[in-house]
Amino acid sequence: MLKSLNVKKLSHSQLAIPLFALFLVIVFNAFRDISFFSIHVITNNYGNTVFSGNLISIINGASELAVLAIAMTLVTAATKGQDISVGAAAAIAGSVFVRVLRANDITMPIILLALVTACIVAIIFGLFNGALVAFFDIQPMIASLILFTAGRPIAYWINGGATPNVDSPLLSYIGSFIPGIPIPSPILIVIVFGILVTLALKFTNLGLYIQSVGINEKAARLNGINPVLMKLLAFMILGVCVSIAGAINVCRIGLINHETILIDIEMDAILAVAIGGNALSGGKFKLAGSVVGAYIIQALTITLYAMKVSSTAVKAYKAIVIIAIVVIGSPVVQQHAIQLRNRLFKKPIKLTENN
Amino acid sequence: MAIRKLKNLFSKETGTKPKEPISSTALLLTITISAFTTMYIFAMIVWGGGFLNPQQFLDIFNNNSYLIVISCGLTVVMIAAGIDISVGGVVALITMTCVIFLEDYSGSIFGSIILALGIGLLMGLIQGFLVAYLKIQPFIVTLAGMFFAKGLTTIVSSTPRTVTNETFLAFKQFRVVIPGIGSYGKTGNFIPARIEPGVIIAFIIVLAVWVVLKWTRFGRNLYAVGGSDQSALMLGINVKRTRFLSYVICGLFAGIGGYVYLLHTGAGNSGNAYQAEIQAIASSIIGGTLLTGGVGSVIGTLFGVMSLKTFSNIVIASGLREPYWQSITTGLMLCFFILLQSVIIAYRKKKGIG
Repeated sequence: MLKSLNVKKLSHSQLAIPLFALFLVIVFNAFRDISFFSIHVITNNYGNTVFSGNLISIINGASELAVLAIAMTLVTAATKGQDISVGAAAAIAGSVFVRVLRANDITMPIILLALVTACIVAIIFGLFNGALVAFFDIQPMIASLILFTAGRPIAYWINGGATPNVDSPLLSYIGSFIPGIPIPSPILIVIVFGILVTLALKFTNLGLYIQSVGINEKAARLNGINPVLMKLLAFMILGVCVSIAGAINVCRIGLINHETILIDIEMDAILAVAIGGNALSGGKFKLAGSVVGAYIIQALTITLYAMKVSSTAVKAYKAIVIIAIVVIGSPVVQQHAIQLRNRLFKKPIKLTENN
Repeated sequence: MAIRKLKNLFSKETGTKPKEPISSTALLLTITISAFTTMYIFAMIVWGGGFLNPQQFLDIFNNNSYLIVISCGLTVVMIAAGIDISVGGVVALITMTCVIFLEDYSGSIFGSIILALGIGLLMGLIQGFLVAYLKIQPFIVTLAGMFFAKGLTTIVSSTPRTVTNETFLAFKQFRVVIPGIGSYGKTGNFIPARIEPGVIIAFIIVLAVWVVLKWTRFGRNLYAVGGSDQSALMLGINVKRTRFLSYVICGLFAGIGGYVYLLHTGAGNSGNAYQAEIQAIASSIIGGTLLTGGVGSVIGTLFGVMSLKTFSNIVIASGLREPYWQSITTGLMLCFFILLQSVIIAYRKKKGIG
């Protein structure tokens, strides 16, 4: 009895669709080639003993996306729209990060300084978007279209048009492995970051406030919540996440290329939010869903690579899978499915409320 | 007339409301047209040279006729409160498929036109169905559409191809000479101004969309649905079908735009029409179409494309030749128009004019 209740609860929860999608990807891979899941222990170029394999590269590769998906969920929840400038903003943050690093000898405090500087710059750009959204009531997608157009050129200008590289063992600790720890550092960063965000949402009213602004701004204001502040706050958090994602990517690759760094990530981040079962029209949100969404997208990409699909063609297959997921998740389709089931089994099941 | 209306709008007299408040659509259109005119006259005075040459003015159309076509489609979708970001990808897909069809399958011109329109229409039908009838967010649907089209383009052919079909090339090189307008070359001979066939197609489409939006029931339904789908439903408008048709039209125009693009460049490349969707959205916004729906005009969109391209010409003329200045200034321009619109709309809302 208890078990069936849990199943019912799960199937109605927001996480049902993303988990089901992840399950499908796993099952598909299991049938296709079970060795897809194998994890090897190898010794890398630096002489560290590390884990390697598709699973690791999925979780590792999705790090930036997961961080951005968390922030994108908050922005979506508060502002009922999405920021499409995260890739461009990450290019700016990464450029600032590299510029500070190259101006100094790379030591741990300098890396921290570079990260903080990148963070501040990204927050300023986030506030620019946030101000357009919060004060001028412009849709986030349109407001961020400005930075989307101008962002990468600004990044180009920061480093004088070059694509400088940064080389330091310290950076490779952040980007790939810390000696003695066999798990890639980006994964650890995401875990730490995820815990911090979860704690912040658990012990403060931030999540509740953001949600209430997204559900009904007027009602939120009447209850003493400042919607403008909440929207700005969401964009500031996005700025922090953008700089973290940019820094991880710079450390991973060892150089900054303003044209290609985290290209098209805004699309993936928005998809992660949608696949995670969050309404793109704002309101209630579930961060876990978006993070799972990010890993689904990366798993899909790696699966397609493993099937020898060329990197440019991956997009087409991804699109088909995404459409399949959102069609299954569509309330209209679900309602028709329930009606069909009722007709077939003559067992009345209550229709879902939202039409 | 428009100026007096503007004066009415901003008049501080309390109690006397303007007799016939200008609609948001007309107001934003007026602003766009005056902004473009001011910008062009300013450029003619400051830089003279190329800006005084009629051919350079017509080249704005020659080079961007495809953008005008797809922007018209986007305006239709945006008036109905939707968005379609797949158009750039669809244009790339169509150029590539048509080149392969003409070259490897020695297809006919007529066949390639049908193919282009068919692909566009199919994308529009599928996306429209998913958005209107399955109520999936348009951004996600068309994002997937863009991924699909771009991915498929590289599957069709990963290397750039050019058309060598002679009939097509004759069609491509065909120019319409405009009598009486032209410039004098360095040797003093008169060079008449010329436009490409794509420009004529683009203008026919602008005119057609304008007529449809202004005088047909479907056009008015689009505004109603975009303004408020709840009220539209209560008025007895078939909201789903209207929304569906707006995507079909946008898809069809992406098809036409793709063929016009091919007529202009004569090559298929997966990098074709890169970021065209962003430019088309920007043109529509500059032209006074609001993304919240219900407000917009296709004439404004035409001026939006012209403003966007004139502005980049000005940026080049003023000596900022590095390509990144183009994007930065486009961003600034977008910022200006978006802020302007939002301030005007907020002001009008406060005064209670619709």
